[in-house]
Amino acid sequence: MENYLVAMAVFAALYGMMALGLNVIWGMAGMINLGLVGFMAVGAYTSALVTVRHATWPMWAGVLAATAVSSLAGAAVARITARLKGDYLAIVTLGFSEVVRLVASNEIRFTNGTDGISAIPGPFRGQVAPATFNLIYLGLAAAALLLVFLLCQRLRHSPYGRVLRAIRDDDQVAAVAGKPVLRFKTEAFAIGAAITGFAGALYAHYNAYIAPEGFVPLITIYIVLALTAGGTGTNTGAVVGAALVVAFMEGTRFVVAAIPGLAAVQVAAVREFLIAALLILVLRYRPRGLFPEHHRRYPIPDERR
Amino acid sequence: MLSHIVEELPQLVVNGLVVGTILALPAIGFTAIYAVLRFPNFTVASHATMGAYAGFVANVWLGLPIVPSLALAFLIPALSGLLCDEVVLKPLRRSSAATGPMAAAIAAVALTIALENVIRFVFGNDLRGYDLPVYRDWRFDLGFAFLRIGPQQVENAAISLAVMTAVFLFLAFTRTGKMMRAVADNPTLASIKGINAETVARLASLIGMGLVGVGGMLLGLDTSIDPLTGFRAVLTVFAAAVVGGLGSIPGAVVGAIAVGIGEELSLLVLDASYRTAVGFVAILVVLTFRPRGILGERAY
Repeated sequence: MENYLVAMAVFAALYGMMALGLNVIWGMAGMINLGLVGFMAVGAYTSALVTVRHATWPMWAGVLAATAVSSLAGAAVARITARLKGDYLAIVTLGFSEVVRLVASNEIRFTNGTDGISAIPGPFRGQVAPATFNLIYLGLAAAALLLVFLLCQRLRHSPYGRVLRAIRDDDQVAAVAGKPVLRFKTEAFAIGAAITGFAGALYAHYNAYIAPEGFVPLITIYIVLALTAGGTGTNTGAVVGAALVVAFMEGTRFVVAAIPGLAAVQVAAVREFLIAALLILVLRYRPRGLFPEHHRRYPIPDERR
Repeated sequence: MLSHIVEELPQLVVNGLVVGTILALPAIGFTAIYAVLRFPNFTVASHATMGAYAGFVANVWLGLPIVPSLALAFLIPALSGLLCDEVVLKPLRRSSAATGPMAAAIAAVALTIALENVIRFVFGNDLRGYDLPVYRDWRFDLGFAFLRIGPQQVENAAISLAVMTAVFLFLAFTRTGKMMRAVADNPTLASIKGINAETVARLASLIGMGLVGVGGMLLGLDTSIDPLTGFRAVLTVFAAAVVGGLGSIPGAVVGAIAVGIGEELSLLVLDASYRTAVGFVAILVVLTFRPRGILGERAY
């Protein structure tokens, strides 16, 4: 049980990082990303490919490479669609995640196809008891989350973050003010994708095994739900939201399994349905989340005086 | 190499034409909803699956022939599409909270997963097939190549063409069809002329998702169906809509046929499992060089 809780805490930290990544893209720059799981998969696969399948780089180098590759992928996707309406970005990102899964399933020589990649190294795995490994990794994930969180806080409160929020609220005004909107959008998207890929790589090293069917669109829903439930635009909201989402996901595991007379496939279906329904309900009734972003209002000066 | 290509080419073009003609229906549905409601309704994936299963229930469980089954494959997703839009998506499109209009697109992805799981809950993950008579393929000798065409393929394409013709006649000649085109073209002007945008929006969801459902069943007739049937086709449907020009109905048809043929021709150089990736590449190429697509309006 203790082990299980630690594992869930690790997952909460990983989802927290991805929600922070989404917050840069969506919460700050106002761009949609429906292919988060694709960037996560790019990160996970990059690190797995260079640390175990095609080379034996150390883990830190793999994670670094994963961050770099996913940020490039993000930049490419954003560069093509950033000047178009958000609808196109939605379609392209959704397609991107599908194509990533398609490539991972079919480039068998490169990615081992649907069998997945196993024996991905983790720090001290095999040298210590599994419970100790879990704890070590929790420490690592928590440190990584803290690092990403501080980075995002810095980004949010810097002039750079202010430009991003200006673009989110009205990109024409930002352009008139002389900000290169296209460049800012591309960079923000690349930063967010890099964070998502970074978390994806940490996921691969924790899980020790990755396969294409682990990167389904439902994961994107988890991440969006984490950010929306916490509060779009705020970094604290992203982290708290991720913890809540993991708690909810795991809660449904016990509750739904207790319903008598359901087949395994039906239990899975009910759980996925509940997660999707929860996101819709949050978007509808709590669109600003539990920790809404504060807008400081400056009152218009009285004209008569 | 060259003679190999010449031998394969006619078959691939014919297959592409058939696939493109079938995929044109969901592409029309997607693009028509976009034209009127101005957001990408990603529930096309689960509504295509829903159409396939509605047709399956009519055909296998109730023992109906294919054409009446198709009516059910239209009706059920049409009603579901209308209901989903009224209850879930419309309130989100209206709310101008921090999440913005994109909230509806995100909710649509969640909704499509929810609907897919409703189908999975009822029918399970097993592959299911329709009750179809088995025909022998027709073979043609073209002199330089052999052509094999299945009568079922021809029937599916013919059904799709018939439905498309009906849609075009409806849009071109009926009062309601003209109203829909007016709202798609210029919502403000349409409302000044007294057209009720609400009614038109409901009609767009109803007819759009109905077409998606018919397309889903026609896809299923070719092979078998499972809860991911619609999801697998969705990238091609998006590609068709974007290549043709998002929001343009003739564009969706042209785009579907272009993407359908493109996907088949890719088999000359690529592995078959990459077929749907071709659609994605087509989207990227079109958005890079001509974002408005073949027949669309401006995209930014």
